[in-house]
Amino acid sequence: MSAVTDTVRAVQPGGAIGQSVRDSLVVAKRNLIRMSRIPEMVIFGLIQPIMFVVLFTYVFGGSIDIPGAPEGSAGPYREFLMAGIFAQTVTFATAGAGAGIADDMHKGLIDRFRSLPMARGAVLTGRTLADLVQTALTLVVLAVVALLIGWRTHESMGKVLAGFGLLLLLGYAFSWIGALIGLSVRTPEAATSGGLIWLFPLTFISNAFVPVKGMPTFLQHIAEWNPFSATVAAARQLFGNTVANQPKSLTGAWPMEQPVLASILWAVLIIVVFRTLAVRKYRSATA
Amino acid sequence: MPGAIYAEGLVKTFGDVRALDGVDLDVPEGTVLGLLGPNGAGKTTTVRCLTTLLQPDRGKAIVAGIDVLKHPNEVRRSIGLSGQFAAVDEYLTGRENLQMVGRLYQMRAKDAKVRADELLEQFNLADAADRTAKTYSGGMRRRLDLAAALVVSPPVMFMDEPTTGLDPRNRQQLWEVIKQLVSGGTTLLLTTQYLEEADHLAHDICVVDHGRVIARGTSDQLKARTGGERVEVVVHEREHIATASEVLRGFGKGETSVEEHTRKLTVPVAGGAKLLAEVIRELDTRGIEIDDIGLRRPTLDDVFLSLTGHHADAEDEGNGVVQDTKGRKAKAKKETAS
Repeated sequence: MSAVTDTVRAVQPGGAIGQSVRDSLVVAKRNLIRMSRIPEMVIFGLIQPIMFVVLFTYVFGGSIDIPGAPEGSAGPYREFLMAGIFAQTVTFATAGAGAGIADDMHKGLIDRFRSLPMARGAVLTGRTLADLVQTALTLVVLAVVALLIGWRTHESMGKVLAGFGLLLLLGYAFSWIGALIGLSVRTPEAATSGGLIWLFPLTFISNAFVPVKGMPTFLQHIAEWNPFSATVAAARQLFGNTVANQPKSLTGAWPMEQPVLASILWAVLIIVVFRTLAVRKYRSATA
Repeated sequence: MPGAIYAEGLVKTFGDVRALDGVDLDVPEGTVLGLLGPNGAGKTTTVRCLTTLLQPDRGKAIVAGIDVLKHPNEVRRSIGLSGQFAAVDEYLTGRENLQMVGRLYQMRAKDAKVRADELLEQFNLADAADRTAKTYSGGMRRRLDLAAALVVSPPVMFMDEPTTGLDPRNRQQLWEVIKQLVSGGTTLLLTTQYLEEADHLAHDICVVDHGRVIARGTSDQLKARTGGERVEVVVHEREHIATASEVLRGFGKGETSVEEHTRKLTVPVAGGAKLLAEVIRELDTRGIEIDDIGLRRPTLDDVFLSLTGHHADAEDEGNGVVQDTKGRKAKAKKETAS
């Protein structure tokens, strides 16, 4: 009995936050090991955005005019597009997070986790952190492909990295929405499709693929207040991929005037709201 | 003073289904309680309530001296759970699984590592330690799952149908492991639908059916309730049934029952093997040829039958659950419940 007590008490120092961080990292490590043993998942995750980059650049590139840029040349669109594709890539990765969590919830392992004296949100936080690592890897590969087909940045290295940082922040925030979807559905398949459908309007009614100028006015309003657009605008600005002497916003939307600040605020808001909801859902789940 | 596991009036409903209908349990420290019952009786729900996985609608539960509803996280430090479906990550190796669980029990990385190695050795998994659990056989997975439940040598253990779906050899092996564990002083609550298993491992048995404990006691006490031993005789010739019946009446303590078509006679007796020898001699003296004779003690299945009116493994008619294997039916039930 005394040996038992000793083992149980062999806990590490640090309060609730220390434990929460440690437990999350343990779970993140578990998910990263899994990813490394199922590489096909990572590879498929890479192929889709690369296809998008190539298709948008060569299929649409010649037909979409960027306001203020010389007509009929593909160069300006290529620069305009990349921030949008990067942002879409980080958000589409959230469907995978949701499917992963839905998968976990329907296996015995989740009972093990829920019967252990671990931090409340660690299973979910660990998952979102592991997905963040995967997203970062995807972005690196995608950036190399973009550079190969002629994308260039025109700002300092620091600003460019800050741009990628904001993209990752968006991806991390959205992975909590994915987590909530994953906890709310019955099967991983439902989490994948349920995790994708809302992303199409969200990423297309935005400034990501075409200039907002061509949209009907009411869509312009939606597009410019879209949290997704804030990050795209911020990344574009930090990459130096904007066209000179163009108004930042057509409707006077504040997030377009201050995209960097707006993208951070949006992300924090999304994390706070959806993390709270997801952790609560996880605690009450009985699957 | 309540035991290491104590429950009073546990009630849990899922929609219209009353999965638990007032379960009371009291397991003294260092003993094994077998929770015995058919699928859907409420065994798994009871375990889930006691291990903080499920909040009961009503009732009280105390595990290792801690109130389960008030301090679930404290309870989690003192329990180990081994479920019906091996709860291991199949893409992690055996070693990685155990280290992860150790870390989540808040052990230091170094301690978790040492403990994982100990357990791998103890559970005969050392050779497979660095293979992913995906490549393990069913028996190996169960052993890994049990090892994971034992990472902190918890004073109180819960095992939900630990041997369901295992072949006889693996079942035997797991029984040995469980016996060792209990001899070390661990309090164990074990659910099973195998009567033999409860008989083998448990000090006390609670028979549950429809969310209630319908009987409790030691295996012997429960057997005594169904009426002690009896002699069964199968005669060779049908015309000898009458004479044999007369002989048995002389030795029996009650009515002799006769199954004409199988030529089998059964009579309750008291007196054990000595009496059996006398019966054989008397039958022989009268020139009655017998195919089979034996002293039968009641099995837990007889107990279950006399308590509930149906066999322990009988299909619960009309509940719409198709049973192709016991484990699978249990799973279907569990999913509906959630």
